[in-house]
Formats: sequence, C-alpha cells, structure tokens
Amino acid sequence: MALRRIRSPMDPETAASLAVGDTVLVSGRIVTGRDQVHRYLASGGESPLDLTGMVLYHCGPIVVGDAGSHRVVAAGPTTSMREEPYQADVIARFKPGAVMGKGGMGERTSKALVEHGIPYLHATGGAAVYLASCIERVEGVYLEEFGRPEAMWVLCVRDLPALVTMDGKGASLHRHILDRSASMLKRVLESTLTPPRT
Amino acid sequence: MDSSKLGRSMYELMMRTSTELPEDVTCALEKAREREPVHSTAANTLDIILKSAELSRANRLPICQDTGVPFAVVRAPQAVDTAEITRALVSALKTLTIEGVLRQNCVDPVNGSNSGDNTGPHVPQVHYEPSEGPIRVDFMLKGGGSENVSTQYSLPCDELRAGRDLEGVRRCVLDAVFKAQGRGCAPGFISVCIGGDRASGYLVAKKGLFRKLGEANPDVDLARLESVITEEANMLGIGPMGLGGNTTLLGCALNAAGRHPASFFVTVSYSCWATRRYSVELDETGGVARWL
Repeated sequence: MALRRIRSPMDPETAASLAVGDTVLVSGRIVTGRDQVHRYLASGGESPLDLTGMVLYHCGPIVVGDAGSHRVVAAGPTTSMREEPYQADVIARFKPGAVMGKGGMGERTSKALVEHGIPYLHATGGAAVYLASCIERVEGVYLEEFGRPEAMWVLCVRDLPALVTMDGKGASLHRHILDRSASMLKRVLESTLTPPRT
Repeated sequence: MDSSKLGRSMYELMMRTSTELPEDVTCALEKAREREPVHSTAANTLDIILKSAELSRANRLPICQDTGVPFAVVRAPQAVDTAEITRALVSALKTLTIEGVLRQNCVDPVNGSNSGDNTGPHVPQVHYEPSEGPIRVDFMLKGGGSENVSTQYSLPCDELRAGRDLEGVRRCVLDAVFKAQGRGCAPGFISVCIGGDRASGYLVAKKGLFRKLGEANPDVDLARLESVITEEANMLGIGPMGLGGNTTLLGCALNAAGRHPASFFVTVSYSCWATRRYSVELDETGGVARWL
C-alpha cells in the first residue's frame, strides 16, 4: 500500500505495478466515457482518439460554456457496474492504461484487467467539486451527439486522488468486502427481533 | 402571488438543494468520520466527501455531478393556483440547468435523446397535497445511482426467511443494504415504506427521506427497529463508498402505510451520502417565509 503519482497515458509497466490498496494521484490526459460511449465502442464503433494507456473515467460531468471555453463544474465518478457488459471488450480493443469509476466491476472485467495487466481505480463518488478542482482544463470533446453527460471529454488533470481497488493480478477489494459483509450478514440474521408489544 | 417572487423562491430552493449539503447530513458524516481510524480508507474517503461538500457550499457549485431527478411535494390550501407553482418550479429548473447547477438529466427512453433542460414526460415530478396552509414546498434531488439500488420486496419471502412482521421488514432492509454495497454511494440514508401498494410504497418511502437524520420516529416500535437496523447495517463493514469501514448507514426512517390483506410490501428508498433536500414555507406573495 503506497502513495503513487501516475501519469496518463501510462506505460504498461506502471499499469501492471499498481496493486489493490495503493493510493494514486492521477495527472495528465484522461478521457471520460459512460454508458453510451461504452456501448458504442463495444459494438464496433471507432474511438475518435487513441485510448492506448489512457485512464478511461466513468463520469458524466457537468460542463458549462462552449467549445474553447468549456469548464467542468462537477465531475465525480458514476457507477462502473453499468459498463460491465462492455468493459472487457473495450479494454481488449482499445488498450487503456486503467479504468476509473466507482463501486467496482464484475468478474468479466476482472479477467480482462488480468489479461491486459491494468488496474481499476476507485474515485470518491459524489465528491464532484473536489474532483473537478483537479481538472486543469478541457482539451476537447468527442461524440457530443450522445448528450453532454454521455460525451467523451478529454480532460487534463493534476493529482486527482483515487484508490486501486482491482488490479492486474486479479485481486479485488470489492470482492473482499462483499464476501466479508455476506458472512457478517449471515451472523446478524442468526438472531431475530424480540416481538413488539401487542 | 407575485410570480417573480415565487420564481425567485423556487430558484433559491433548488440552488440550495443542489449546492448546500443539509446540516443534519453534514453532522452525521462528521460523526461517521470520528468513528473511523486515522489514515484508514474510510477516514480518507469521508475527508474527501466533507471537503468536497464544503467547496460546493462556498462556491455555490453542485455537490454531485449527478444532480438527480427533481422531486417536489407541495402542500397548499385549495385556493392556491397550483399550476402557477408548477410553472415556477419548471422555470427555475430550466434556468439552473443552463447555469450548470443542474445537469441535463432527462433522457427520452425511446430514442435516447436528452431533452437538455431537465423536463420531459412526467418530469419533473410535482405532487400536491391539500393542506390548511401555509404553502410548503419540499424539494429533493435524488441521484440515479442511489435510485438504482432502491428496491421493493413482497412478503413472505422464502429466500430471506422474511415473514409478514417487523422481523421480516428487518431482514428485507438489511438485505437491501447488503446488495447495494457501495453502489448507492454509502454511507446512505434509507427510508422504508412498510405496507402500501407497489406505487404508494415507493412514493411514501421517498417522501420519508425528507425527515431529518436524528429526528425520532413517534412510533416506539418503529423507532426501536430503526436503531436496530442502523446498528446492524453498520456491523456489515461495507463502509463509505463500499471500501470498508464502520459506517454504512447514516440513518433509517420507517414509515407505515395501510396494506391490502393479500399484500405486504417492503419498499426501500436508498439515498446516497449526498442526500439533498430542503423544505420552505412561503408567504402569501410567494416569498420565502422560512426554511424548515
């Protein structure tokens, strides 16, 4: 468990070296993509930019202003699990350096992360203004026809904090918490309430 | 009513809801922060959350980029022109969307297009309840992630060994918290409707989120069950954002609704840590008389 400063796009060695429990500060160019982008990319669509080594961020930001003066007001992560049906294919086709979102992902994505030696980064859900304050500027936007929250925003970020919760070795903090809470729930439910007064 | 005054009141109500985390929620998060060991993931997560909420308040920026689904409950005497209130709500919604205080969150489910102004069929939801007055408007912005983990059970439920009693309710609610894991942006606030029908269950549960955290349930049995559920949910160790920790729930509100003899629904409305709702009382001119 270490604090690591990483740059996006990142090289395969850096991606592979990140392990569950590492706190990272992401700088460089990252790109957003959520439901529509994932569906599009997984079903044969071409990416309007090279995603190799990039941090692909599950995020539908609030952006104000027009081209040239875009400003991101709020940019927290969205629930990654919705991209589960597409993520493995997107990773295989476009070779991003990491996937970032919230809530973790399923077994199929976990397998893809192992195959390509890349991590899943967990950003704090709802901390939208704090995370937006780590965005230095908007470099560009693609696929805006999907609607602003669903478009691909290329963002230049500095020291955006996240936690590695799934890694290229197959470890998953989410799986661990799920298993532990399942056995705790079982224990809690062994006892029953004393019935209320009648 | 003075329509420009009413318009300003609705604008301020929505602005505050999107940008200022309510005091009871901030307090509950600060208490949760104290329960976590220093430098733990849970403590760091809560630090980022509290810092972000503070930045939002200071700069009047939306707490979360998902500014949710607008939901309003208006209580007004029969003589009040409710259409005028709806117009004021819709107009404030559109203005705040242009200003970037609300995200464009209304998508056509058939063709996938975004209306761009947060209005559409059945959006926004405005519910009217006749009252003696004064006019009161409750407003909530509830995010999609937390809405997605909200759920409804029909008892008896064999799988959960949940019967048609409060023990059954307890088992359902804990199951819902477990299944949500961190995906509803824990630590959450859950409101539950016990009884009702499928439609009223969701409505009553959602309205229950207007209750302030820490406010006691007047029914002693329900009050007792609320603390049992909160305590047991926090034993699960799911923690802030589902990354592990001592606080999974900030609170639980139980509400009862009459049920059909054949039905026993338990409906759980999950609200993320960024529970955003405010209530105002209006004077005769449409101005804000007081914040509740």
